[in-house]
Amino acid sequence: MSFVFYLLAAITVAGGLAAMLLKNTVHCALALTVAFAGLALLFLNLDAQFAGFAQILIYIGAVAILVVFAILLTRSSETPRDGIFSRTWLAGLAVAAAVFAVLGWAVLHSIQVLPHETAVPEVTVQQIGVALVGRYVLPLEIVAMLLTAALIGAVIVAMHEKVGHEKEEPK
Amino acid sequence: MIDTCDQIFVLLQHWLVSFLPASWQTGAGVLLSVAAIICVFPALFAVAVWLERKGLGRIQNRLGPNRVGPFGLFQPIADGIKSLTKEDIVPSSADAVVHFLAPLLLVVTVFMGFAVLPMGRNMVLVDLDAGLLFYFAMGASTELAVFMAGWSSRNKYSLLGAMRAVAQMISYEVPLLMSSVAVVMIAGSLSLTKIVEAQNHYTWGFPHWYIFTPWGFAGFLMYAIATTAETNRSPFDLPEGESELVAGYHTEYSGFKFALFFLAEYVEMFSISGLGTTLFLGGWSAPFSFLTWVPSWFWFFSKLMLSIYVFIWMRGTLPRLRQDQLMNFAWKFVLPMCLINLLAAGLWRFMGEGWLRWVVCSAILMITYAGMGLAEMRRQRLGPRSYRYAE
Repeated sequence: MSFVFYLLAAITVAGGLAAMLLKNTVHCALALTVAFAGLALLFLNLDAQFAGFAQILIYIGAVAILVVFAILLTRSSETPRDGIFSRTWLAGLAVAAAVFAVLGWAVLHSIQVLPHETAVPEVTVQQIGVALVGRYVLPLEIVAMLLTAALIGAVIVAMHEKVGHEKEEPK
Repeated sequence: MIDTCDQIFVLLQHWLVSFLPASWQTGAGVLLSVAAIICVFPALFAVAVWLERKGLGRIQNRLGPNRVGPFGLFQPIADGIKSLTKEDIVPSSADAVVHFLAPLLLVVTVFMGFAVLPMGRNMVLVDLDAGLLFYFAMGASTELAVFMAGWSSRNKYSLLGAMRAVAQMISYEVPLLMSSVAVVMIAGSLSLTKIVEAQNHYTWGFPHWYIFTPWGFAGFLMYAIATTAETNRSPFDLPEGESELVAGYHTEYSGFKFALFFLAEYVEMFSISGLGTTLFLGGWSAPFSFLTWVPSWFWFFSKLMLSIYVFIWMRGTLPRLRQDQLMNFAWKFVLPMCLINLLAAGLWRFMGEGWLRWVVCSAILMITYAGMGLAEMRRQRLGPRSYRYAE
């Protein structure tokens, strides 16, 4: 636990807190990006290059943009003065607490299950690639199929109106 | 002597650092390299702006800048002084913090890309194992800066420009990555220095650059198209379409902040051309084996400036695309071509040496290209022009 770790942890937590507490929704999204960046830097601090760069590429490059687009395309970025409160906040709180408890338990438990590594393992990107298309090829393909199906589904949902419209048009 | 010329910047750095105590040397070396990058590319930016204005003038049959210095050579200096002394106006309704952060984030992420580019033999700031991934991670972060600039200005032109820019950058990032993946498949590494090393061989005096293979040639064309869109250059300059959007996402920026956007655009052009050079044009390796005595950094920067020249040439030649044409082109033509190119690269990798793989890979790519082109043309239903609004 070095100074760098505490610095990055502070950035990440501050970003997450700001994402919850800020009034303007776009500000929240940008604060969330700061949290993503902090996580990526934490990965890099642990010498996990692939995870760190993939985190930046996917979460900052794609997910943050997606969030921002969704906010701008659905409603104005200003929140009403009295705020928006979901009626199912109690259930949400319970789910959040449960997820946090499971994750916390897993993290605390992992010290006993996994033997303490004395040396830092050298993992190159090539090894990760070989593992992905070797041992873990089935999960990878399933995820790929799932994502492709989701993509096609999204396109069909978006296209639906247009197909009907084209039929009505006289040729 | 040849070796000294080749390594002159590396030797210079070592010599300068050797004056410091041993514990400081690593840090000082990195600092020196960073300073060199931050000085060289803005200087090139000045040259490129002058070249562009002169070149466009030549194409459009006019003179271009000719008032400041001989042939208008000092025009960039005058522009620099002008933008430094201008008032920095922030619109009263703008989101001041985000408005301020956007140009900084853009310039920083654009400059980060140079960290992994090998600009000559042993001339790379950090030789990362996942260098290409780092480069693309940094490239993806520029989109957020563009969005921040457009949104925080509270101006409909800015916001529309930013939305267009981000949609375009996301769409063309897919072919950009896909065309680069083919190179990674053949070179077997994400490290840019290793990709250059893999191309630095010669047969009968000709280099083994990836552009001289069927999949590499197709990949390079796709990469060039995607980079032009990624840097918002003509014919893909819709986000800054002057006739529609004033200046796109940097409409509300003035003075030095505007200069930063301008700088970032050109520096991104340099860095993405540098990456293209590294991936397809052999990086710092010489174009013929009898020219290997010329310093490696000379070749890198020559290829870079050649790419800039092509960028300028295209800007002066091609008209701007429409938004739907832009998106259709990315998703219906460039992306499928990139996927087929991946197949061709895979075949190339596993068919072994010989003429057969040349025939098979070329045939696959050419048939796909011709087939998709014909199918698209048929779908166009080209007929006499009709006007919807203006009779």
